[in-house]
Amino acid sequence: MMLESIITKMKKFNSLKSIPAYLPIVNIDTDMIIPKQFLKTIKRTGLGKNLFFEMRYDDNGKEIKEFTLNNEPYNNSKILITGNNFGCGSSREHAPWALLDFGITCVISSSYADIFYNNCFKNGILPIILNEEKIKELSEYSKRKEEISIDLNNQKIIYGNNEIKFEIDSFKKKCLLEGLDDISLSLEKLDQILSYEKKIMNKKPWIFND
Amino acid sequence: MQLTLYDKIWNEHLVHQQKDGTALLFVDRHLIHEVTSPQAFEGLRNSNRKVRQPNLTLAVVDHNIPTTDRSKGIKDEDSKIQVETLDKNCNEFGIQLFGMNDKRQGIVHIVGPEQGFTQPGTVIVCGDSHTATHGAFGSLAFGIGTSEVEHVLATQTLVQKKAKNFRINVNGKLAIGVTSKDVVLQIIGKIGTAGGTGSVIEYAGSLISDLSVEQRMTICNMTIEGGARAGLIEPDQKIFNYLKDRPMSPKNESWDRALEYWNTLKTDKDAKFDKEINLTAEDIAPMVTWGTSPQDVVTIDGKIPNPENESNIDRKNSIDRSLKYMGLKADVAVQDIKIDKVFIGSCTNGRIEDLREAAKILKDKKKAAHVHGMVVPGSGLVKEQAEQEGLDKIFIKSGFEWREPGCSMCLAMNADKLKPEERCASTSNRNFEGRQGRGGRTHLVSPGMAAAAAISGNLDDVRKYNN
Ligand code: SF4
Repeated sequence: MMLESIITKMKKFNSLKSIPAYLPIVNIDTDMIIPKQFLKTIKRTGLGKNLFFEMRYDDNGKEIKEFTLNNEPYNNSKILITGNNFGCGSSREHAPWALLDFGITCVISSSYADIFYNNCFKNGILPIILNEEKIKELSEYSKRKEEISIDLNNQKIIYGNNEIKFEIDSFKKKCLLEGLDDISLSLEKLDQILSYEKKIMNKKPWIFND
Repeated sequence: MQLTLYDKIWNEHLVHQQKDGTALLFVDRHLIHEVTSPQAFEGLRNSNRKVRQPNLTLAVVDHNIPTTDRSKGIKDEDSKIQVETLDKNCNEFGIQLFGMNDKRQGIVHIVGPEQGFTQPGTVIVCGDSHTATHGAFGSLAFGIGTSEVEHVLATQTLVQKKAKNFRINVNGKLAIGVTSKDVVLQIIGKIGTAGGTGSVIEYAGSLISDLSVEQRMTICNMTIEGGARAGLIEPDQKIFNYLKDRPMSPKNESWDRALEYWNTLKTDKDAKFDKEINLTAEDIAPMVTWGTSPQDVVTIDGKIPNPENESNIDRKNSIDRSLKYMGLKADVAVQDIKIDKVFIGSCTNGRIEDLREAAKILKDKKKAAHVHGMVVPGSGLVKEQAEQEGLDKIFIKSGFEWREPGCSMCLAMNADKLKPEERCASTSNRNFEGRQGRGGRTHLVSPGMAAAAAISGNLDDVRKYNN
């Protein structure tokens, strides 16, 4: 067994309570989440101030008043409710890094782009999938500035006197709850990797440029 | 059981599988570039890990480098640091790098095939969503995030869940002036940007077999714009001929063995697909995008859509928003839209055949006076080949700039970008808000269409110039 301290790298996802921010736009792409001028960084941190840059600031770099996340209490939201196909476009992990750095650790949408969805889990962000009807219902809580709670362990969103169940892959859930580091988990299977490589060296030697 | 090509490649690469279906997949080829790798290498260093298979990894600079004179280095400080960081990381971890002044340098998805690094039946990943391009060779190729880049560097594997099988059949013949770019734009318009989510798309049918290797790459390249994990095509003799004698292709006896294996990479006749659609090539016309999503397509003889005709309220709002951003009015004829810039290049359309197609239209013609035109070859080798064929002269004579290879104005991370409200006919793959520069307006088209637009100064029908 590996030491717990080596395997846990990511921040654990516990339950969460926050007034959600609501961005009712469909197909928000990764260029909208974090435009390319901020991809020149060699760090993972510090991107929060540039999250949704084009929608958030005017040409002079001043905050645009009408943009939700520029206003109390949404500038402190930990939960973002948004339109379908969120995170489409590029593979840039800068998108979840920017969300995380801003303080958002849970996104709720009716669908996500595959790569973005995967990237969230690697960074301790929970992307929840709900149907449009439920999303409309939850968005009311954003408008009324009321808190909602996320209980990952029981796969529940609690709002007012109601609750909704959500689906999540059991392995991904476990990794989030325990903050498990994928690489350490995979390296526990080093023997299998070694024997696979050995097999391939015989069967398809050209793969190794032989 | 009858299997799809995707099923077969998947099974072949399984290192381990959990009961819940989560699999550890072996990665045969890992491409890296300067933008999505620095944090991955930093992660390796912090946990004292090595690159497991440096020989299966190839690095190239492309996203962030100047396409003008490179003798003075990179002006932008952040870009320079990123490029230098890749150099340092590749040195430290023993990875082959094509640097900025290497003739083999170019856009990562053009370099891989060109070098023979891309091969049928392999699993290929890269921290870039357009990795789907390599699927044209019958490989399972897809984009990954930076944490996954680190995972592949450290373990030569990737944690994955199997996607669904989706087949798109295109049969028939394309009319003159219609290209594989138009085919894929039509497909995205039809299935939508989320239409392929959770699936791997196999392209099949008589048209796909008739296409050249490079034309197939254009289709697989834009698969991600339809939301699919990957796009692939059964490898055939054209693919094998293309790969023969490339620098990193198998040689001698290895070639024979590889070929024998590659010939088995076929979807079984009765394999089941979760989803399947059919297109007729004859129905496809030259396409252009009007909005801010690649699914916003219209034929070149069409009109800008009217949001009032839309019953779905989300869709109506989204059209409204796009038209406002694009500075367009509903019901205007596409060919009446005036453009300011033309960009020919990118991993979608920056290969030699693309340049030939554009040059054929531009030969002995001048671009419109108000248009600024730029050709950015996809790699140093594409550039060299084009110059041998005299294509550079055709472009320059018609008033285009002839640049050094890279991603350039496809994503405008370097100095090549649109100014606010500038309108561009572009052979790239994304027309998102701000993609080619803040406030810039992108119309995605084929290389021939881009050339036609440059000549007339409006979005125009390439078929007028084809005879
Ligand atoms: S050319 Fe454009 S799409 Fe292709 S890799 Fe470069 S930035 Fe990405």
